[in-house]
Amino acid sequence: MTEPGTLASEPLFGLPLAELWFGLVFFIFGTFLFLDGFDFGVGILFATRDSKHEKERLLDAIGPFWDGNEVWLVVFGGALFAAFPSIYANLFSRHYLLMFAILAALGLRGLAPEMYEQRDDASWKTWWGRAFVVGSLATPFLIGLFAANWLLGATTIVTLPGIVVGLAVVALTVVDGVAFLRLKTRGELRESLATDGYRALAAYLALVVIALGALYATTPGLRSALLSPLVVGLVVVTLVLAGGYALATARDRYYLAFVAVAGLVFSLVGVVAGSMYPLIDRASGLAVEDAIVSTLPLNVMTIGAGLLLPLIFVYFGVLYSVFSGPIEAGESY
Amino acid sequence: MVDPIAASRLQFALTTIVHIIFPVVSMGLAPFLVYFTWKDIRTGKAIYEQLRRFWTKIFAVSFAVGTVTGLVLEFEFGTNFAAFSTIAGELFGGPLALEGMMAFMLEATFLGIFVFGRERVSNLVYFVSSVAVGLGTWLSATWILIANSWMQTPRGFEMVMENGQSVVNLVDPIAAYLNPRFPWMFVHMQNAAVESVALLMAGIAAYYVFRHHVWENPIQHPEFWEKTLKVALVALLITAPIQAIQGDAYGRHVADTQPQKFAAMEAVWETESYVPEYLIAVPTDLDSLFDPRAKELFGIGIPGMASWLASGGNAEATIRGLESFSTEAPPVAIVFWAFRIMVALGFWFILLALWGAYRWWRGELLEDDLLHKALMGSSLLGFLAVEVGWIVTEVGRQPWVIQGVLKTTDSVSPGLTGTEATFTLAGFAGGYALLLILYTYVVVRLVRSGPPTRDELAAVESPTTEEAVSVDD
Repeated sequence: MTEPGTLASEPLFGLPLAELWFGLVFFIFGTFLFLDGFDFGVGILFATRDSKHEKERLLDAIGPFWDGNEVWLVVFGGALFAAFPSIYANLFSRHYLLMFAILAALGLRGLAPEMYEQRDDASWKTWWGRAFVVGSLATPFLIGLFAANWLLGATTIVTLPGIVVGLAVVALTVVDGVAFLRLKTRGELRESLATDGYRALAAYLALVVIALGALYATTPGLRSALLSPLVVGLVVVTLVLAGGYALATARDRYYLAFVAVAGLVFSLVGVVAGSMYPLIDRASGLAVEDAIVSTLPLNVMTIGAGLLLPLIFVYFGVLYSVFSGPIEAGESY
Repeated sequence: MVDPIAASRLQFALTTIVHIIFPVVSMGLAPFLVYFTWKDIRTGKAIYEQLRRFWTKIFAVSFAVGTVTGLVLEFEFGTNFAAFSTIAGELFGGPLALEGMMAFMLEATFLGIFVFGRERVSNLVYFVSSVAVGLGTWLSATWILIANSWMQTPRGFEMVMENGQSVVNLVDPIAAYLNPRFPWMFVHMQNAAVESVALLMAGIAAYYVFRHHVWENPIQHPEFWEKTLKVALVALLITAPIQAIQGDAYGRHVADTQPQKFAAMEAVWETESYVPEYLIAVPTDLDSLFDPRAKELFGIGIPGMASWLASGGNAEATIRGLESFSTEAPPVAIVFWAFRIMVALGFWFILLALWGAYRWWRGELLEDDLLHKALMGSSLLGFLAVEVGWIVTEVGRQPWVIQGVLKTTDSVSPGLTGTEATFTLAGFAGGYALLLILYTYVVVRLVRSGPPTRDELAAVESPTTEEAVSVDD
């Protein structure tokens, strides 16, 4: 037991809490990107399907999940705000227009499927279908742009590495969407999705290489970090997982493919976090150790997160197990 | 170009005014949904399944829209109020993070099961899901109101110099989180949400009951709407008096803790005793509308009543006037009139509840067309009362964003330009107008399509062979 008095003066159990929260913030970001990522991917794949029946299948597949997945972004914002308030303030105000662009894209993604279901006439469905695709495409692109700009310490919205990373994240969400849909559908739809997955994966790998090259070329301050064992290791892991994903998809091992995508997402987020550390904001030169809140609120938050995060995984476990397996015909859950 | 401070304030006002509608729907509907689910499972009566399914659809749409509009507010602390977030983030960020982890996650995950999973889970798991969703919405309110109430009555902190800036340092989380305002605000808000939803339900139900019984234009599910009307009236009968009684005590608490806000609510400029309460004030010229002053108002004032309210029973008590504060006064006209509209609506809701109860007791609930019209006209007034109530709270605390600690004008992001802020403000004005139109469109369609019919209820329980044929592999 920690005495109430020491809660204000010493980190909980003597843990390196600043590093722990830096890791936690990126872990939450990665969870968001993996979970809402398949929703974005499904939204992008929506554009590639012509039959009304298949489009409905795609919407049905994400129906019970997308809202909960999006909440990880709310929690990412909250955790960053609570643990690194000055970074939250700096980063969000510096990328002012980009943050609102993300919100607008997310809003469109959330609203469009809701509206799509409302009416049956063709032009209504066409337009809200397009809005769904645009929202699902723009959100991961802008989030990739944001993450890259954060890493670079960019003060402008449009940067070359930012755009490449944005495109890479889009490709990754398509891979994610394919892996998820192959768990949730059957028959012809499931078979035909495999090709989309391979193409998106090839695009993702190519874009990651270009992104790393662009980061190396444009940001001298990042060069040593990009060549660090951690980052090199994560790139190797990415290649291995990409091979694993392709193999699992070819052999119809749906769960394995989905798990491989999770690994790909966390590797990418790991590259961003790993090459950023020990700084947390290159633009202002603030390090993790400097930007962390003082001990008492940090300890309070650590206790809160320590109790709540395991519970959250239980909730998601319950949700995903209730809706496990393909959606049967005649059932929109 | 609007100056970035004014644009940020306007944008935050606009985005909160729109956002609050959706949590009010979900917080207010939550206890009804738990009740309908419970009755559905216990009695197996079709009417409760209809009630549950009908109102769950409206809940789900409101929750989805509220997620996005809520995220906007969270982001705005960083984008537009970076100075505030840096100065107060140590205390303010925690409740927001805890809201996400403790409340929002619970609500969002179990909502998936609650909306889509009836056929996949047992009765018990389904009922637990409805409770989890309801609990999630109310816990969410708890953390958000902790954050807000702390700004009204800040406790448990000290100001410390950090990097050349005076920032808030948390010293006692319990004192900060359970600050004096929190319980008042929580009860007032949650009760208001249930009351607003009860009025909405009663108003919609009254329309169909009126059509069926008075207008004699038969509708498909008369018993569904009659039941809705009765459930809503019971809720209104409970919540409307509580709101007024608790609100009265809440007012005294405001007078004690935020005297400047209270003076603005009463438009008292000079410190006085035996201050009258203008229950009904009529602006006789533009001056009295835009610059109300209690002493010059034309209206019905009860002598000593404002003093009596502020002190809890002493008609001769002194109320500190706005001129006695060293800081500028909040926009008095907005606070004064918003307060009066809220109070008037509160009394009107009590009257409606008593009127409905009386007719019901006399067995005339379905025939009183005037009552039906009054309920229809009042269906959105609960939301109006919530809006003006929040305007009293938030405009009334100006010029402070954290009472006595930080002014709103000092909390805006330093690097923000007028162009950026004006651009997003215009974007929100257009985007949110569209959002409200679409939301209304969806809700109206859901209402007009009515509850699921008995045949549709049966279809879900036993899938027909026709549907089984459409399997695509």
